Amino acid sequence: MTAHRLVVVNAGTSDPSATRMLADRAAARVTRAAGEVGEEVRIDVVDLRQLLPELPGALASRHLGEQFTRAVDLLAQADGVIAAGPVYAAGPSGLFTSFFQVLDTDLLIGKPVLLAATAGTARHALVVDGEMRSMFAYLRALPVPTSLFAASEDWGDGALEGRIERAARELVLLMRSGFARAVREETWGAYQHEFGSAGDTGEVSVDTDLMRLATGGRYTPRAN
Amino acid sequence: MQFGIMSVSDITRDPVSGTTPSEAERIASIVRIARKAEEVGLDVFAIGEHHNPPFFSSAPTTLLAHIGALTERLVLTTSTTLITTNDPVRIAEEYAMLQHLVGGRMDLMLGRGNTAPVYPWFGQDIRQGLPLALENYNLLHRLWREDVVDFEGHFRTPLQGFTATPRPLDGVAPFVWHGSIRTPEIAEQAAYYGNGFFANHIFWPPEHTKRMVDFYRQRFEHYGHGTAGEAIVGLGGQLFLGRTSQEARERFRPYFNAAPVYGNGPTLESFSTQTPLSVGSPAEVIDKTLGFREYAGDYQRQLFLMDHAGLPESLVMEQLEMLGSEVLPTLRAETQARRAPGTPDAPTHAARVATQFPDGVGRQVRPLANRGDNVTGGSPYEDSEFVATYPTL
Repeated sequence: MTAHRLVVVNAGTSDPSATRMLADRAAARVTRAAGEVGEEVRIDVVDLRQLLPELPGALASRHLGEQFTRAVDLLAQADGVIAAGPVYAAGPSGLFTSFFQVLDTDLLIGKPVLLAATAGTARHALVVDGEMRSMFAYLRALPVPTSLFAASEDWGDGALEGRIERAARELVLLMRSGFARAVREETWGAYQHEFGSAGDTGEVSVDTDLMRLATGGRYTPRAN
Repeated sequence: MQFGIMSVSDITRDPVSGTTPSEAERIASIVRIARKAEEVGLDVFAIGEHHNPPFFSSAPTTLLAHIGALTERLVLTTSTTLITTNDPVRIAEEYAMLQHLVGGRMDLMLGRGNTAPVYPWFGQDIRQGLPLALENYNLLHRLWREDVVDFEGHFRTPLQGFTATPRPLDGVAPFVWHGSIRTPEIAEQAAYYGNGFFANHIFWPPEHTKRMVDFYRQRFEHYGHGTAGEAIVGLGGQLFLGRTSQEARERFRPYFNAAPVYGNGPTLESFSTQTPLSVGSPAEVIDKTLGFREYAGDYQRQLFLMDHAGLPESLVMEQLEMLGSEVLPTLRAETQARRAPGTPDAPTHAARVATQFPDGVGRQVRPLANRGDNVTGGSPYEDSEFVATYPTL
């Protein structure tokens, strides 16, 4: 059987990084939870720090360099994603947010995502659910119900381990359900995809109102 | 294969000298650049259309008519004419007039324009950009081919018994290229009518351009205009020449780094690797340009962006000299040698007249005596029989 493909996106920039540590622990739990039901997980890690030299081009003109292109290819193939970033000044770090903002909005449709954040203080605890979750809702991804947040004091608290366990199991359940693939196979046409976007299936439908207008037909807008 | 330059008509501060040309300087300069293009042996000069600073080209037919009077051989075109915010009736009239004035040495490229605010300035809605482009071209196509047009569409007031004047030179409509970056409907329309398809090409990786061009070629064949290989394709490009690749990069880098479209973004090297931008020695530019046919097939027109991002006129002239003397002869010879047998040439007015009128003489329309109106039936021209199909008032 083929392994579930899990992509860890880590926006932590120090080395070692608490954010990367949290993401790695979640990834390890995901592997273990999948293993308990006899399934494998293949993990690829995208360290956003390595994409920093390409970020200006991506932000200025959506020109994706080699590293960005590799990250996009990995995410396109992913069955599940762990997205982890540090919190700066009451929001996800700029690097974390910028990365997902330059991605094609079709890329993550229906994909289960485990959201994780680290911070120096517990006052940032709602950033994951208040800000990260809304961005992934916009991207039409499927964040798992349990979010991970670790302030400095949480690293010594057994409760964090319990939340990691819960979030990982939720991610495994969603990956195993095949929801993301089913969306692609069964309801993909219900989303608007641009030519060349991540949602582009390679086939261009000529059976549309606009295609008929392109070939001399009448334009009759539909009431929405 | 035609080679030429295209200008987006930007007025940009020269990041090296620190000066920004005035509109007057830049407009006078573009005329000299176009004349230089002819002098160095290029085939085509194309100008964009914009209606906001820092661009100067709001009235391309006026500019092209002037350049047409000062040149003899150059084909004049647009890159692009806005088929969305311009009334197709005005496009039909203005470009037919241009066609007469320059003796058929023109065609035009249609695009939608990318500035959101321009739509309301001309009473249109950008959310309707694509259907506007498609419907407007359907009408434009007929206005140049039917002496009397009845039309009712969604976007403009209906026409009854309307005649766009002057009729196209020799009875042959100007050739149209449909320009698009990523809209298959535009490629489909180009294919349906057997018109040309122009892929902007710059800013985009080759795989993307290849898919659009392939789609257009397949649909061109589907509609019975010829084989996919016979479809009429144009590509954009962007180059900067130096004696050596190092010299080219050193001289172009400050302009690239400050350019409005990619300034402070990707590096020159990264952009050159992943897009058609060619910055280098003549040999490098030749190699890269010849590589385009590997994914786009044998094509008919190659336009290079050159006078942008604040490059001073003296530098543009120097680039044109190098292009003409050290790049163009090899590009022409190699393109000719490599292209598949049966690949059509770029359409010209003379060739289109010869196709449409096998005896080689185009139509010369002469209006009938003034009837005082054009809505009460009958043809307005001596040589054309017209049967009114609209309700007679």
